[in-house]
Amino acid sequence: MKPTDTSDPRYYHKVVDCQWGCPAHTDVPEYIRMIAQGRYTDAYLLNRRSNVFPAILGRVCDRPCEPACRRVRVEEEPVAICRLKRVAADLADDIRSHLPAVPAKKNGKRIACIGAGCASLTVANDLLPLGYEIVMFEQFDQAGGLMRTNIPAFRLPAQVLDDEISMIVELGVDLRLGHRIDSMAALLEEDFAAVFVGTGAPRGKDLDLPGRQETERIHIGIDWLESVAFEHTDHIGERVLIIGVGNTAMDCCRTALRLGGESVKVMARKPRGYFKASPWELEDAEEEKVEIIVNHSPKAFVVDGGQLKGMTFDHLEYHVDADGNLQSTVIDEVFVACDDVILAIGQENAFPWIERDLGIVFDEWDVPKVDKATFESTRQGIFFGGDSAFGPENIIWAVEHGHQAAISIHKHCSGDPVAKRLSHGMNLLSTKMSLHEWSFSNDYDPSNRRRMRHVELKQRFDELNIEVELGFSAEQFVTEVKRCLNCDIQTEFTAKLCIECDACIDVCPVRCLTIIENGDRTDLVQRLNTPVTNPDAPFFVSDSLPQTSRVMIKDENLCVHCALCAERCPTGAWDMRKSELLIPYAIDEEVAACNQKTG
Amino acid sequence: MSFIKKPRITKGLPQNGLGLSIVDYEGAMSTLCAGCGHDSISAAIIQAYFELEIEPHRVAKVSGIGCSSKTPTYFLRPAHGFNSVHGRMPSIVTGANAANRDLHYIGVSGDGDSLSIGLGQFCHAIRRNVNMLYVLENNGVYGLTKGQFSASTDIGSTARKGGAVNQQPPIDPVLTAINFGCTFVARGFSGDKQSLVPLLKAAIQHPGFALLDVISPCVTFNDHEGSTKSYAYTRESERTTVYADFIPSREPIETDLVQDVTTVTLHDGSRIALRKVDDDYNPFDAGAATAYIRDHQDQGEIVTGLLYMDEEAQDLHAMNNTPNTPLNALEPSKLIPGAAKLAALQKAWR
Ligand SMILES: Cc1cc2nc3c(=O)[nH]c(=O)nc-3n(C[C@H](O)[C@H](O)[C@H](O)COP(=O)(O)OP(=O)(O)OC[C@H]3O[C@@H](n4cnc5c(N)ncnc54)[C@H](O)[C@@H]3O)c2cc1C
Ligand SMILES: Cc1ncc(C[n+]2csc(CCOP(=O)(O)OP(=O)(O)O)c2C)c(N)n1
Ligand code: SF4
Ligand code: SF4
Ligand code: SF4
Ligand SMILES: [Mg+2]
Repeated sequence: MKPTDTSDPRYYHKVVDCQWGCPAHTDVPEYIRMIAQGRYTDAYLLNRRSNVFPAILGRVCDRPCEPACRRVRVEEEPVAICRLKRVAADLADDIRSHLPAVPAKKNGKRIACIGAGCASLTVANDLLPLGYEIVMFEQFDQAGGLMRTNIPAFRLPAQVLDDEISMIVELGVDLRLGHRIDSMAALLEEDFAAVFVGTGAPRGKDLDLPGRQETERIHIGIDWLESVAFEHTDHIGERVLIIGVGNTAMDCCRTALRLGGESVKVMARKPRGYFKASPWELEDAEEEKVEIIVNHSPKAFVVDGGQLKGMTFDHLEYHVDADGNLQSTVIDEVFVACDDVILAIGQENAFPWIERDLGIVFDEWDVPKVDKATFESTRQGIFFGGDSAFGPENIIWAVEHGHQAAISIHKHCSGDPVAKRLSHGMNLLSTKMSLHEWSFSNDYDPSNRRRMRHVELKQRFDELNIEVELGFSAEQFVTEVKRCLNCDIQTEFTAKLCIECDACIDVCPVRCLTIIENGDRTDLVQRLNTPVTNPDAPFFVSDSLPQTSRVMIKDENLCVHCALCAERCPTGAWDMRKSELLIPYAIDEEVAACNQKTG
Repeated sequence: MSFIKKPRITKGLPQNGLGLSIVDYEGAMSTLCAGCGHDSISAAIIQAYFELEIEPHRVAKVSGIGCSSKTPTYFLRPAHGFNSVHGRMPSIVTGANAANRDLHYIGVSGDGDSLSIGLGQFCHAIRRNVNMLYVLENNGVYGLTKGQFSASTDIGSTARKGGAVNQQPPIDPVLTAINFGCTFVARGFSGDKQSLVPLLKAAIQHPGFALLDVISPCVTFNDHEGSTKSYAYTRESERTTVYADFIPSREPIETDLVQDVTTVTLHDGSRIALRKVDDDYNPFDAGAATAYIRDHQDQGEIVTGLLYMDEEAQDLHAMNNTPNTPLNALEPSKLIPGAAKLAALQKAWR
């Protein structure tokens, strides 16, 4: 194989599993280190740069970083990355004075953002410091989108939302609350340099079964949660069935328990292991004594004289066929009595307010065609992001879309091609302080993941909005931060210094290093000290070594970044270097453009 | 040396037939200089015992004094251990082995420990054919006492600093061992584990005294230009003559291996497959082996591999007709025959 080019930012970026897994590429190990050093404000600001809403996300992020975390290669559970973000947010000082200054003199370009969800707010956050005027239209009387209307306050308190949203709004958003956009064509008549559509995926899917239209007691999950959030609904029957077993279902069942539900059942069509809900959301719901009933496929609503009596289900049995597909057979039909049904079976985009003759092309599913990198629609100057772009995702994706759309809007307004963007950069700095001292803690801590503290069950149901999670105690997070393996501290190898003494290979606790004759990849992987288990993981091949012309191979998948190889190397061929991914935002594009102009 | 504890990570590690992973064969963190060849030998020892599926607590590790002699601490944590006086490891093993023949004995020594102060002990343990693995970690200097020439330093070899040139002829442990009737003689290189691990496995299973001389560069005092025990010099001059592959009794010999291969069957049914690089080399002929090693030495080559073996010879216990039950497990009444028996014995000699 050819020697690996570790100066390509993608190489080390992929080693930092959490950062690679995070849609917004949050620099997790660095903020965890800042927390360890008591630098909570710095940790908050570092988070905010990439994910904009650390206090919100520290509570409700979908956390794709955690399943990716390297810690699970060495023990059962990942670092509690998400809840450590909350620690930073809880303990940070008021950070408003650290926010980028917004110029008093505007650049004369007005941008319309439709919807005041996290996607639009991110666009505003990125563009206001560049002198843009942001006009944000929101149909409701409050900003926040689904974070406000659907994520229950017992997971995400209103005050936390208000705080982080106001930080952006106070930068100077012209926020038009209670202002629904009903015609894109009309909006385009106005003098906007660009339009960002951040209207989410507002339509909850319905279930068209017999009896559906005969009662008022069947609710669409996201609409029902919204009416709870706006206090139009404060009550539900004692026996509630939730149809579907995704995250929306989890919020519905837990909310139902707080509004009078006594027996709340989540009806799942498939067995466990096929649920869409995140494991931690399921865990929290089950802790509250929600019953999850598997293998039941809805058949009909049973309504008698306008009154909902219950539902009938096909009781299924599953087996895996020869091709590995799940096949079901009906064993019998069952009736389950209930007072209310909540449908939580998915959401869709809907754009009844966008005229179809504006040059915005919609595809066969009536979803706009949006470029995956620039977020531009087929009409120049109109951009989509968040759930409105590619269907329902989550907050952190919406934020990343917002960042990218902001870059595109800036390029569009500057008359530059939107697709020509800065790429990621990287800083690589040695952490060596003295012979066996590094500017990071490399001592492996075998502690297990700390358990989140929760409010007592009884107390939770007393009040709808009481936040269930208490956050980590000081003792807890002091331990939790030590579980991070410092994946951003890279083992950088200089082949010409290696004397092939094998010291690194022998000391490595996970045996991820091998010195062998070079070959092609299929050949190399068969001759390693430890077999490759994750073929996707970065794989390092050095230049040929001076004494024998063999090569040093490292399977990055296994490394725990303990620095022992570098401590053992007698010649300094291994060094521990901190890689910092440089992620360009709209402001960096502006700086780069200025630099180019001034030469 | 490093100050942090080595992370103990076992998730996903393969296990041997005893349900142990390689981590269970490790020892304390090494305090040797970074890059010392001795650490690589420890790693190879860990690998060999793991692969042989020997329970670590059925091993006794004994050593003398020197950097090399410190290393038993760094492998097989659960094993018995005795860190003895300089050069006296062979007597301790002889005694221990006499008392309990059921353990696996590994003695670790250095060129100073074995060829200077301990030369007599070394030779006599060979003569007695004590069933043990004797690893001589050979760096051509007294590492622990800061790099003086040792009895294995070649003529013309220079000191790292000060320009001293060695004038005295070296003692070659391999030739010495063959001369004293050693029943298993091999040489390896710490920087070549692919050959070292199989050599160690064969040596451990050999039922008698097995000498493994391992060239093991001292990075601190003897890895410079002018040294004949440096990483670079050893790599240039190493000539492997007979590769040894150890084949446990439970595994069949693969037929494609059999070509050009001589197999030696050990007492427990396991085999050593010898792959010769030089057709005219005969590892069962002490005289020819000696001549060959010497010839190549004169040409500046270090001959490595399994150099000589004699599977027929009787070990200490056979020669002394001891019972199969270890002496330390015998009833005191059997072990100590009593005054009457002693008197009778003495009477026979009058
Ligand atoms: C029940 C539920 C729970 C969830 N839980 C989580 C969670 O725990 N973690 C997570 O990361 N994600 C969660 N999500 C997903 C997450 O809320 C969304 O992915 C995210 O809010 C999308 O952000 P957005 O800015 O694209 O759109 P939205 O948040 O949907 O915001 C769109 C905004 O646009 C407004 N709007 C729409 N049309 C118009 C119009 N024509 N004119 C004016 N305004 C308009 C809407 O009123 C809304 O305020 C959850 C979703 C649901 C339904
Ligand atoms: C009786 C006695 N004499 C001398 C010494 C000093 N001494 C300690 S180690 C050593 C030589 C060790 O050389 P070697 O066996 O080659 O080990 P290395 O450190 O090179 O691995 C000497 C002479 C001693 N400890 N005890
Ligand atoms: S161990 Fe730390 S740096 Fe590595 S993936 Fe997990 S959180 Fe990220
Ligand atoms: S830092 Fe070095 S010694 Fe530690 S696990 Fe990674 S490669 Fe192995
Ligand atoms: S002095 Fe030499 S032999 Fe001793 S530990 Fe250091 S490198 Fe190894
Ligand atoms: Mg020595």
